[in-house]
Amino acid sequence: MRIAVLVKYVPDAAGDRHFTPIFTTERDAVQGLLCELDEYAIEQALQLVETAGEGQVTVLTMGPDNAAPALSRALSMGADDAVHIVDDCLAGSDALATSLVLAAALARIDADLILTGMASTDAGLSVIPAMVAERLSLPLLSFASALRVEGKYVTIRRDDDEATETITTTLPAVVSVTDRTGEARYPSFKGILAAKKKHIERLSLAGLGIDPAQVGLLGAMTVMSSVSRTPSRAAGVKVLDEGSGGIQAAAYLAANGFI
Amino acid sequence: MREVLVLAEHERGQISKSTTELLTLASRMGMPAVVHLGDLTESARSVLAEYGAGKIYIVDRPAVHEYRVLPAAEALVTISVQSSPVAILITSSAEGKEIGGRLAVKLGSGIIIDAIDVAADLTTTQSVFADSFIVRANVATGIPIITVKRNSTTPVAAPTTPTIVKIDVKTSELAMAATIVDRTPHDQSSRPELSDATVVVSGGRGVGSADNFSLIEDLADALGGAVGASRAVTDLGWYARSNQVGQTGKTVSPQLYIANGISGAIQHRAGMQTSKTILAVNTDPDAPIFDIADFGVVGDLLRVVPQLTEEIARRRS
Repeated sequence: MRIAVLVKYVPDAAGDRHFTPIFTTERDAVQGLLCELDEYAIEQALQLVETAGEGQVTVLTMGPDNAAPALSRALSMGADDAVHIVDDCLAGSDALATSLVLAAALARIDADLILTGMASTDAGLSVIPAMVAERLSLPLLSFASALRVEGKYVTIRRDDDEATETITTTLPAVVSVTDRTGEARYPSFKGILAAKKKHIERLSLAGLGIDPAQVGLLGAMTVMSSVSRTPSRAAGVKVLDEGSGGIQAAAYLAANGFI
Repeated sequence: MREVLVLAEHERGQISKSTTELLTLASRMGMPAVVHLGDLTESARSVLAEYGAGKIYIVDRPAVHEYRVLPAAEALVTISVQSSPVAILITSSAEGKEIGGRLAVKLGSGIIIDAIDVAADLTTTQSVFADSFIVRANVATGIPIITVKRNSTTPVAAPTTPTIVKIDVKTSELAMAATIVDRTPHDQSSRPELSDATVVVSGGRGVGSADNFSLIEDLADALGGAVGASRAVTDLGWYARSNQVGQTGKTVSPQLYIANGISGAIQHRAGMQTSKTILAVNTDPDAPIFDIADFGVVGDLLRVVPQLTEEIARRRS
């Protein structure tokens, strides 16, 4: 079984994230890391291979040179090899362009299963899995809180607002997983050492046969016209509970029309 | 007037509130034309008519009752080719984003995700990086596809008599590839749905135990609100995951958010800080939640919350 996992290198959400003058995400000012939500996808890929007793896990990312630590982290967790799509023309790519590039790279791998996280923690759009599935003409089972592979079938459990569903489809397929699938493992010391010997293939747009005009800021199908800081919320009244905190809170709610 | 397609979201024959919000936004830029998959109930028809749907496309094929994403995307493609709409509006749900993503690739159109407003000239507003920035953007290529967050706008009634158009869409083989083999609806809570609620009462680690959550529920019931929980709480198993508010849970934007025993880490704030009014109860006077709270009580929620619930009942009686 060949499993491909799509991962992203993102600025730490705990940092002061902001934009560059051309409205792209500022990636140098804030410490970057492997998107936490992608670790769940890597964990599930590793578990599937461990359960099957055979298989290969390949992680893919699209990003600048400094995105490599995301791949190293995935390799030290236990992934077998990695693909890094890096090209200066990719800067400023929107979701459609990103999905075009990822789909082209995935087409070369011929994976049985493509796993992704539920969202990136920076853009947080959750559309890449659907776009990649569409470009590869594959079914997508999204927001899995559990998954299993049996023969030619993949089955997920999805817990949404209305119901818990069991959904199944045939491989190859794309599956996005949520943080409910289970904690991701920490890389072991042995894993970190082993990762240094693992292969990271670097791919350029030319290598994928993609015209640079289709990607980056030039190829973007959406255009940002302005970015402004949200006015920060001012802290309001704070009272110390000396026995009547609840009554004071009720008075506040009543004064503001909530009671 | 050119059509603005609105994909209807409905469950058990009822149109969701977010669909009426989309109709109100759509009327700014053209004639709202609803795309409704599956049987149209009388109740659904009258809600759509009340909120200004000039036309309702009904797509009724067996597949639409199953895994709905691809049939919906394929129906939107067919209708878009016929009516070349000004824009396509979809609710920003998990399913809505999946439909939008597939549709953008199929139509070769730009897509804006999680808009909180759409102007008449189709400029969208988004709130990003845990609501620390406001971004304005436009789709530059193709038919603009815009997914809109729930509760972003107030639905305005604009009664019409919609034309009903039945559309036959050929569903692809791929659309049938995924099958829902089992579906167990959650117990119907008497409380409002978290994402739609006008009042949300949440509990964090400071609640102390699963049993103590009854205090949070009592307060929510006193205010007719939904119950939320921090990630710490759902990780501890004190409350259901489906009630988690935050970056990896639900994003809520109610009129009133009451945070009890929640410190206010950035991951939690990302899910609630666009709430109109925030009230916080916490024992730690330095908890970051107080930085964004309109009214804060520094104290033990096990004492403050029941007193608040009681006082609400007293004031109402």
